[in-house]
Amino acid sequence: MREKIVPISTPAKGAVGKTGFWRTFKPIIDREKCIKCLLCWLYCPEGAILRTDDDITIDYDYCKGCGICANECPRKAIEIVLER
Amino acid sequence: MERVAVLSGNHAVAHAVKLCRPHVIAAYPITPQTQIVEKLAEFVERGELKAKYIRVESEHSAMAAIIGASAAGARVFTATSSQGLLYMHEAIWSAAGARLPIVMAVVTRAIFPPWNIWTDHSDILAQRDTGWIIAMAESNQEVFDMIIQAYRIAEDERVLLPVMIGLDAFSLSHTAAPVSLLDQDKVDKFLPPRRAFSFLLDIENPITMGNVAFPDHYMEFRYLIQKAMERAKQVIREVEEEFYEISSRKYGGLVEEYRCNDADVILVLMGAWSGDAKECADKLREEGLRVGVLRIRFIRPLPIEEIKRVSLGRKAVIVVDRDISFGGTGILFTEVSSILQQNSVTVRGFIAGLGGRDVTAKDFAQMVKQVYTDLEVGERRSRVEWYGVKEVI
Amino acid sequence: MTITIKSLSREEYLLPGNASCPGCPASLGLRLLGKALGKNMILVVPASCTSIIQGPYPKTSIKLPLINVIFASSAATASGIAAALEILGKKGVHVVCWSGDGGTVDIGLQALSGAAERGDNILYICYDNEAYMNTGIQRSGSTPYGAWTTTTVLGKRRHKKNLPMMMVVHDVPYVATASIGYPLDFIEKIRKAARYKGFKYIHLLAPCPVGWRFPPSKTIEIGRLAVLTGMWPLYEVERGKFRLTGVSRSLLDKSKRSPIVEYIKIQGRFSHISEEEIRILEEYVDKLWEDIRKIIS
Repeated sequence: MREKIVPISTPAKGAVGKTGFWRTFKPIIDREKCIKCLLCWLYCPEGAILRTDDDITIDYDYCKGCGICANECPRKAIEIVLER
Repeated sequence: MERVAVLSGNHAVAHAVKLCRPHVIAAYPITPQTQIVEKLAEFVERGELKAKYIRVESEHSAMAAIIGASAAGARVFTATSSQGLLYMHEAIWSAAGARLPIVMAVVTRAIFPPWNIWTDHSDILAQRDTGWIIAMAESNQEVFDMIIQAYRIAEDERVLLPVMIGLDAFSLSHTAAPVSLLDQDKVDKFLPPRRAFSFLLDIENPITMGNVAFPDHYMEFRYLIQKAMERAKQVIREVEEEFYEISSRKYGGLVEEYRCNDADVILVLMGAWSGDAKECADKLREEGLRVGVLRIRFIRPLPIEEIKRVSLGRKAVIVVDRDISFGGTGILFTEVSSILQQNSVTVRGFIAGLGGRDVTAKDFAQMVKQVYTDLEVGERRSRVEWYGVKEVI
Repeated sequence: MTITIKSLSREEYLLPGNASCPGCPASLGLRLLGKALGKNMILVVPASCTSIIQGPYPKTSIKLPLINVIFASSAATASGIAAALEILGKKGVHVVCWSGDGGTVDIGLQALSGAAERGDNILYICYDNEAYMNTGIQRSGSTPYGAWTTTTVLGKRRHKKNLPMMMVVHDVPYVATASIGYPLDFIEKIRKAARYKGFKYIHLLAPCPVGWRFPPSKTIEIGRLAVLTGMWPLYEVERGKFRLTGVSRSLLDKSKRSPIVEYIKIQGRFSHISEEEIRILEEYVDKLWEDIRKIIS
């Protein structure tokens, strides 16, 4: 099949794949401690923390495990564990 | 009824550009291009041309600005020369790679050092690998006509490549000659507003232009530019035919053939001095030497078929270069030789007129006669020599 | 008006699964830019880390119209886009340059200065990671004194070029500094800048874990420390009127500033630094604030 090539690219999630595979450390939210302040959502360089209504979840498909969320959490509600 | 005006080549460019209704012009002054950008600035300031004029701080930015404007859907124009063209060189590649239908006038001028503001084709020929369609005019009228056609060629969906139109410093740029102008409505009909196509910067269609292409894609981008360049040959011919309808003027497509039909020897060259070469052909014919002139109008796309067709069966082809690829030969000579290498045609090259040194019909006649003399004694080897260069060490 | 986190849109313009390094301040900056202006912008990106972050053809991680351009040309390209939008009657679209420090303070400076002097209607944001990070951590005009890079292995011998102040003297309607450590301040400044017609400049300090040699979890923390130690004053200059912003407002008083070693000691790029060099950096910071005091009074 002939591939049509135009000199533009179109937006897509996972342009370089599921970057969750890069992860060495994994952030885990402690639901008891979380006060839903959304700071982790604000600081996440990836947009890998999903904000649903006023709750948050981590999109492990894309989280690269930088640990900013854990470092910045004012309640220490995010634990960093070794990815297995 | 169309007006005939006496215009310098530079003003012929400016008038042609105005008729094409560009949206954005960005330019930086350089001798001998200045009157183009001054005149256009005047048109804009007087409200005769509704365009944004960006008075950029360099040629690199001139090209960058019109790349941006063209990517956002505008019809654009710039003009430069010599050092300015070289300074722009990086951005020139960008324009073609992004497939933007930009039009630029290049007043061909020698390259520093030493400073020299006179004509020389080394600047424009140094752009020949960039993916731009590159043409050279012979007269102010042709410059005017070529600019208008350039937008049609560039914006044709079969092409989508930028076009640069060369005109020689001073011999065209600053020399006044009669130019038949065209009415705006005729040009409007010939050149409708630029059509939007799929790859424009538009907030309703967020696309990325020019991000990384890995080796498994990059090559295809380059291949497609080459294919577009090949299609441009036909588009150039078609556009000229259509232009003929509104102007009654045509020049012959990618090349102009002058008295070539029965010629034994063909002079191949481009630019303003082609007029002197034609005069030489006329004079030598009076002496019984059948000489023709093949004027290269478009060096990119290279008129391979035309050069082959006109050259085959001649006693000799003489290529006169107003440029030099140091350590190689004349650039036109290289191009023509590459086409004729398998056809046992004698190709003789002359490097002449660098930095605006005067070359007249008499000089061309001397080159031709020298070749005839060599042919008479059986000397058929192809070679390149410098014409009229002083003995120096 | 103070911006709250909750008020920010959930829409993302930098999509996940992009090629940024973990903890990248440039990718966070891009995210925040999207939160600040939404979809109504065209991005111009010169050669920089962001060229890579987008990912390769035929995909892109940035959901905005974007043109990648040659290194020295971002401001000029943006000028051309802005001119085209104006004459084509496309209103309400911001043209934003997103350039690194190399593309701004070094190779892109001429085009930047030209666009600023002409007053072209663009917002220029420099994300400053203080070296040529995309090519592998070479010194730039924005690298601070004493910092290790691969081309200043014994530490840079000159101070950082003060680009925001250089833009101030261009007499443009809006110039601001920001730090990735204070995202809401950055967003507020982008929105403020976007309200002005003409040339706007924001210089975002963007601590780079890879190039500055710190763990990727510390990007925000170091962005904050840069401000708290006075190394990176937050301010804005609106129509020539200078104003310190955020925590920097209280830092004219030297005693309120944290010692700069707190900023330096957690960065591997300063690991070799001597007492004497720290003193030189301290003097630099003192002078920075002395200059600010002169501007204010």
